[in-house]
Amino acid sequence: MNANLAAGILLQFLELIAALVLAPLLSGWVNQCRALLQNRSAPPLMLPYRQIAKLFEKEVVLAGNASSLFRAAPYIIFACMALASLIVPTLSTDLPFAAAADAIALVGIFALARVFIALAGMDVGTSFGSLGARREMLIGFLAEPALLMVFFTTSLISQSTSLAIIVETLGHREFAIYPSLAFAGVAFTMVSLAENARVPVDNPTTHLELTMIHEAMILEYSGRHLALIEWAASLKLYAYSCIGLALFFPWGIPQGVGIETLLIAMPALLFKLAVGGVILALIETLSAKMRIFRAPEFLGTAFLLAVLAMLVHLLLEAGK
Amino acid sequence: MQDALAAPLAIDWLLALVLCWLLLGLAGMVAQRNLRYVARTLFPLGAAVGLAIAGVAFAALGEVPETVVLPLGLPDLPFHLRLDSLSALFLVILGGIAAGISIYAAGYLRKGEGTAPGLQCLQYHIFLASMALVLLADDAYAFMVAWELMALSSFFLVTSDHRNPEIRRAGYLYLLIAHIGAIGILLSFGVLQGGNDMAASNGVSDYTFAHMRMMHPDGFWATAAFGLALFGFGAKAGLVPLHVWLPEAHPAAPSPVSAMMSAVMLKTAIYGFLRVSFDLLQTRLWWWGVVVLMLGLFTALFGVIFSAVQTDMKRLLAYSSIENIGLLFVGIGLALTFDGFDMTILAALALTAVLYHCLNHAAFKSLLFLATGAVLHATKERSLGKLGGLIHKMPWVAWLSLLGVLASAGLPPLNGFVSEWLLLQSFLFTPGLPHGYINMLIPVAAAAVALTAAIAGYAMVKFFGIIFLGQPREERLAEAHDAGLLERIAMIWLGGLCVALGIFPVFVIEQLDAVTQLLVGTGLGAAVRSGGWLLLAPVSENRASYEPLVFLLVILAVGAATFMLVRRFWHGRVRITGAWDCGWTLQSARMQDTSEGFGQPLRQVFSPFYRMTREEPGSFDKAPRYSIVVEDHFWYWLYLPVARAADMGTRMVAFLQQGRISVYLLYSFVTLIVLLFLIRG
Repeated sequence: MNANLAAGILLQFLELIAALVLAPLLSGWVNQCRALLQNRSAPPLMLPYRQIAKLFEKEVVLAGNASSLFRAAPYIIFACMALASLIVPTLSTDLPFAAAADAIALVGIFALARVFIALAGMDVGTSFGSLGARREMLIGFLAEPALLMVFFTTSLISQSTSLAIIVETLGHREFAIYPSLAFAGVAFTMVSLAENARVPVDNPTTHLELTMIHEAMILEYSGRHLALIEWAASLKLYAYSCIGLALFFPWGIPQGVGIETLLIAMPALLFKLAVGGVILALIETLSAKMRIFRAPEFLGTAFLLAVLAMLVHLLLEAGK
Repeated sequence: MQDALAAPLAIDWLLALVLCWLLLGLAGMVAQRNLRYVARTLFPLGAAVGLAIAGVAFAALGEVPETVVLPLGLPDLPFHLRLDSLSALFLVILGGIAAGISIYAAGYLRKGEGTAPGLQCLQYHIFLASMALVLLADDAYAFMVAWELMALSSFFLVTSDHRNPEIRRAGYLYLLIAHIGAIGILLSFGVLQGGNDMAASNGVSDYTFAHMRMMHPDGFWATAAFGLALFGFGAKAGLVPLHVWLPEAHPAAPSPVSAMMSAVMLKTAIYGFLRVSFDLLQTRLWWWGVVVLMLGLFTALFGVIFSAVQTDMKRLLAYSSIENIGLLFVGIGLALTFDGFDMTILAALALTAVLYHCLNHAAFKSLLFLATGAVLHATKERSLGKLGGLIHKMPWVAWLSLLGVLASAGLPPLNGFVSEWLLLQSFLFTPGLPHGYINMLIPVAAAAVALTAAIAGYAMVKFFGIIFLGQPREERLAEAHDAGLLERIAMIWLGGLCVALGIFPVFVIEQLDAVTQLLVGTGLGAAVRSGGWLLLAPVSENRASYEPLVFLLVILAVGAATFMLVRRFWHGRVRITGAWDCGWTLQSARMQDTSEGFGQPLRQVFSPFYRMTREEPGSFDKAPRYSIVVEDHFWYWLYLPVARAADMGTRMVAFLQQGRISVYLLYSFVTLIVLLFLIRG
């Protein structure tokens, strides 16, 4: 029992390290794919690491009226995202920390990080900061219920809100087709685009003031604070990708703990993330950024799809 | 009574403590204008009594109910009092929150604000005592007397600054709706009582709750009693469309009073509704639950959508209270539905969520109202558009209200999240219901609850961000000062409650077990206990689990480790300079988002919900002015038509009043003749 627990904790630690290391790589990969798709010369794959390292080297330039909340927020946001990547099963479903927070709590972690980044955006009191905070909260309150409904659908299928058990049920039970998951998958993709500040809702590369959401909130950050926020943003993308993979493509995530299972899980994860990155780049290339007030329609659609997924489950699948 | 003298029961202690509150109130009248005596002596003593009440009531949770008959009231109708687990839980809320608010009031009272401190002290302590009596009452008569006492004492507290006509108007509206609600409650008790001679056959006195429990009304009468109770208690709680008094009365009242009303008085309505629907009514129909669920859902959404567009900080909190009351009714509705289908364990889960949320809302909403009080005293300003940047001047208030804000937004690891989590968990069990349509309907309701919780986050970011962050929007905010020591202690107590309730849910749910045992016959205590004190798994660990302490520790550990590592491997250099803001050189406090601006996305997304009057400047205006007034449709759809009809009706009756004695004599004469005729006939 104790050896098992120790192995579990070791695995948990490994998962955290993998998340911290792979997250910037994933961002770099998406940027590279997008550049290639758009016929531009691609930036190096390792660019995000270099950027983070560069930012850590630089000194922090702080606005005069920034409060202590402004200085604490990057650490809190980073810690939230690290916790999120601890909970999402990527390398195994047998994780000791999985019991600490279920799918609903995971939504709560993302909400906590969002509230802090929005508050930090308002802290210095510039026009762009509060504008970004307001827009981020708008996207947030539309996306959060949709995400929760996606989790509800999968929870109804697996009779549990624990992510590990959802993944076990979906991945290791006999193969069954759930039409509800198709709706939930589309809804989840739309929510992930919005939550990770991606085209068509936001543009991660924009610095045109009027269209910024995420970038507007973090305008005043610099040095190590900015490094942590950038890192947290890539962790968030990584966590969302892993949630999507775990819910809709759970094959390859082993139940047990051990060296041999890791040898399967790690390449499977890398492969799935690489494919996911290509799809994300494709979506971003094929769509144009929409006006901010089209975003409620976009996310409203996601919300409706997620509710539809739940109803489809209750109508067609509940009896099984 | 003989036994009671031999060994004092918990209820005797409670009555003695309630009497202490009354005496403290009377003591305030001795030296009404002596602020030092009233504020620094009497209020802290009141806080100590509150703590003692919470302690005694806490010990009484899960014990055998105790009853006492007081020889007060009318000759044949003595007051029956009873202490059971449900009363005890709400007494814990009352005592615990009152302790915080009394300490705060001790530091908050100022000379020259409203009525004399001594008089306020009397009203405040009568208010507290009457709430305790409402919770202890065991017959309809005592309940109604205490209920009216509560309404009246709080009315005088609301209108404490009665020279202001707006405040008088708010108080009038409050009193009016409180009484319309009281009629509903009175009639509901009348229906529950049944007939006149029924009670004697049961061997108990008329109008006691014991008698009502023995009645088994048929479906129609049970529904009538339930509907009347829903109306009556809904009016007190602020269920839409009877919510209009809340956003008027809360800003009008002094902050400790708003805190008390929002945190505890609204809960007495929840208590009354639970008492009638789960305890007194022995016949329950499942569709009541669906009605309550829908009403609650609408209230919650309505409240939160309005809360996010308010420009007055206390009105924002008042609408947020409406939202929370809505969520409580959603939970009650769910519990009633489950109970109607005899799924008691699920009913217990939903009810646990309700009771937990009562505790949570009491803690964080009182904290936030007290914070607005501190801001109000420091700046003399209630309008969000004129605040800003106060975190620099009032760090204590700011950081403590951040706790309240996070709790209110339902974020982990604070307390608001736990009850939200429990509520969502109980929604996930609805597929087991043996009724097709309800099965489909309820998950959609869960979606609406999720939306409500998310918008609550928006409103709370607005509340905190606009008041405490950014640049000060007015120059005189530079003179703001932090809250005094007593106020800080009170806020630390309430903030501590928010954290403790969030971190130790297993302990709390074990205590709530006694109450759900009483109401639906089963509880989550055993299931929760088996998981250990760390792991909250209300039904089974495979179904759902949450460990708030681990959650908090991981966030703290990762945050701290990152902080240390960054300093260790790089550096901690900081250069302080002006804000960058994309290189714009001109920056002023007026360029930040105003509270109207922050509410704009909601006004756009939910525009049909609001009644908006905009005044927009034209292109050639010399002095451009922009204003927007957001109002409630219900005023125009419901209240004003009713008011107009009442006005017309009274005008018609006034026609009878000619003001001449001969006409009145004629009326008496005609009445006499008609009566004689009737009796003879």
